[in-house]
Amino acid sequence: MEVTLRIKRFNPELDQKAHFEEYQVEVEPTDRLLDALNEVKWYQDGTLTYRRSCAHGICGSDAMRINGRNRLACKILMKDLGNKITIEPLIGFKIEKDLLVDMEKFFDAYKSVKPYLIADQPPGAGERRQSPEERARFDDTTKCILCAACTTACPVTWTSDDFVGPAAIVNAHRFIFDSRDQGGAERLKILNGGSGVWRCRTIFNCTDACPRDIKVTEAIEQVKRALLYEQV
Amino acid sequence: MAYHRYDAVIVGAGGAGLMAAIQMAGQANIAVVSKLYPPRSHTGAAQGGISAALGNTEEDHWQWHMFDTVKGGDYLVDQDSAEVLAREAIDAVLELEHMGLPFNRTPDGRIDQRRFGGHSRNFGEGPVRRACYAADRTGHMIIQTLYQQGIKHNVNFFDEFHLVDIMFTDDGECCGVIAYEIRTGELHTIHAKTVLIASGGFGRVYKITSNALAGTGDGVALAYRRGIPLMDMEFYQFHPTGLYKLGILVSEAARGEGGIVRNSEGEAFAARYAPTMKDLAPRDMMSRFIYQEVKEGRGIDGKDYVLLDVSHLPPEVIDEKLPDVTDFARVYLGVEPKEEGIPIQPTAHYAMGGLPTNNDGQVLIDPSGTVVPGFYSAGEAACVSVHGANRLGTNSLVDLVVFGRRAGRHMLQEIGTRELATLPDNPTAIAEDEISALLGRSGGERAADIRKAMQETMMDKVSVVRNESGLLEAEKEIADLQDAYKHVSLQDKGKQYNTELLEALELGCMLDCAETIVHGSLAREESRGAHYREDFQTRDDANWLAHSMISRTSSGLQVQKKPVKITMFEPKERSY
Repeated sequence: MEVTLRIKRFNPELDQKAHFEEYQVEVEPTDRLLDALNEVKWYQDGTLTYRRSCAHGICGSDAMRINGRNRLACKILMKDLGNKITIEPLIGFKIEKDLLVDMEKFFDAYKSVKPYLIADQPPGAGERRQSPEERARFDDTTKCILCAACTTACPVTWTSDDFVGPAAIVNAHRFIFDSRDQGGAERLKILNGGSGVWRCRTIFNCTDACPRDIKVTEAIEQVKRALLYEQV
Repeated sequence: MAYHRYDAVIVGAGGAGLMAAIQMAGQANIAVVSKLYPPRSHTGAAQGGISAALGNTEEDHWQWHMFDTVKGGDYLVDQDSAEVLAREAIDAVLELEHMGLPFNRTPDGRIDQRRFGGHSRNFGEGPVRRACYAADRTGHMIIQTLYQQGIKHNVNFFDEFHLVDIMFTDDGECCGVIAYEIRTGELHTIHAKTVLIASGGFGRVYKITSNALAGTGDGVALAYRRGIPLMDMEFYQFHPTGLYKLGILVSEAARGEGGIVRNSEGEAFAARYAPTMKDLAPRDMMSRFIYQEVKEGRGIDGKDYVLLDVSHLPPEVIDEKLPDVTDFARVYLGVEPKEEGIPIQPTAHYAMGGLPTNNDGQVLIDPSGTVVPGFYSAGEAACVSVHGANRLGTNSLVDLVVFGRRAGRHMLQEIGTRELATLPDNPTAIAEDEISALLGRSGGERAADIRKAMQETMMDKVSVVRNESGLLEAEKEIADLQDAYKHVSLQDKGKQYNTELLEALELGCMLDCAETIVHGSLAREESRGAHYREDFQTRDDANWLAHSMISRTSSGLQVQKKPVKITMFEPKERSY
């Protein structure tokens, strides 16, 4: 099938502002959108720029706005996108070039919630014990691939610079609810601050955007409840 | 042009690179250079598990793990290295747990373990539960956990810097790397006492592969260009269960949990070839079984694929233990694994070969084991060799953590005693010339055409089954493509985020890797592990119980043999 890709382009070395360009591509219905982008880059216009690596929804490189929704280009098939597809960079981060945005702010927010196990006493011989039930409490938030689809789908992050965003909260959740971790209070204090969970308006855009089907809003609500009722 | 000075520079932020970095963090001035953001590294795509003889769910011993590794590698494994792997796996897995890795748990709260291909109890009696796992995203959990530790320890990351050269002194000491800053197009000279190449494999030389687009062998190829020999490059693993046409991996854990591969007659054919281990026979064998079934007309609808059937497993096992791989089947093939078989075919998966190292990650320059001062490698880029002629499932992750850790620890010692070597004059000259030639040319060859031709040649002639005539054709075709590569031109002439330039540089590296795979395959006139020659169908221990070391010389490519270290297990015929 032949499709039209309408791609937002911006070359920082040539352009004053972004504009759309269209490309006709012959694809299989079962091709990924990433395959269509590669077809353009490899055979039509080598200047088209985007990030990609694993090509099967695991590495988190190729989140972009596809027909108005945040998705991974490697995890959506052409048959589900229609004949004319609009592709734009994620919203809320500086556009560096074409579909590639500046991720530094995203990773800074992630780092600000102390996304690592805090457990200072020595673990002793063997593994730390954790029951399957304790392990299950934070299973969903371990799936995060840091693609930024959720954070850049959140209207709060579009309008304010200091909200840590859903992805950072997801990664804080992953540790707050881990029975082995002792840093919950530190993280909750951070998330109780002006850039934390109270900026969330429970819009569910994040949950809709997550390519890993993480219940992002629910995780944020669990953190809010932990702050309100000290339920960890 | 920027200049930096470090005690250690690590190239690659996957499992091996980060494990090494964590050993040194806080005790030395280190930098981790990666062309991706670290959590994008391909370690994250590993699925099924990481083996260690913890014995949490049934009796197990590191000697059994070592034996399986040696036998799985068709006795080309260096047994002193396999012993290190199997012994230290236990402590390394526990260290990952202590760092926070969320393993699945047994009812009493220990790390849960499951079966995997080629892993057996009591030296081959039957399958054993040895693979520690976190659902079917064990690699994701490892890369996340190690990146988290890197953040905790304030590791200095050079994110999105592309390796373009490795520097050596005239005396052959390594003294740093040249990296291209993707954001600006600027070259950075990173002068260091020690360098670790942990840049991963090169599955993208093949048309059908499970590997990320970033898997282009940059570190391996650049070292080879600077005169470092590559070891056992003819041993390239095809994983039996890649999604049809796409190559996306469906973990061996699917068979570990009870999945069965079936041909067009619905037959569970693996039992016919491997009566004891059946569908859990090692990957090289499973891939050849599939090849044979297809060749004899029992592929599905007469095509070149078979079915992986998990539909008989309890739905909760699929949802809890195989969620991601079954999701791949739904998303990419529209197949519901709870109801129907998943179309699969062998997919290029893992390089057993790479930069030759000793057990401390030090790179070797010759068959007698002479060390290149300051130069280290670990992970898929390296060849210790713990995988020999065929890697067992889960052992890649074991390799990363065990030998990444050992390399990091040895580098830390080395940093204390080594002086910073003097840089060569004009250290960026080679990289600058290469980049400016690519940017300056116009109207030449298109990189994508060359890459596609290389991938098809390698797939058709240098994959699961090989023979002399095909390999000779491949040798000529790769040489022709290397010539064509000299005329590649680009449309993007810019400096900022010029990903077209990077793809061209990667293609150059892949062609060099392909050259060594083809030449090594031609030289090795026997069949062993993943290297199967139709014209030499049996293993030839008299002539080929040896590693190959391949290097470029003024008179062409040269293959030298390096003896295999045998300590505990005498080579035997391999049956499952």
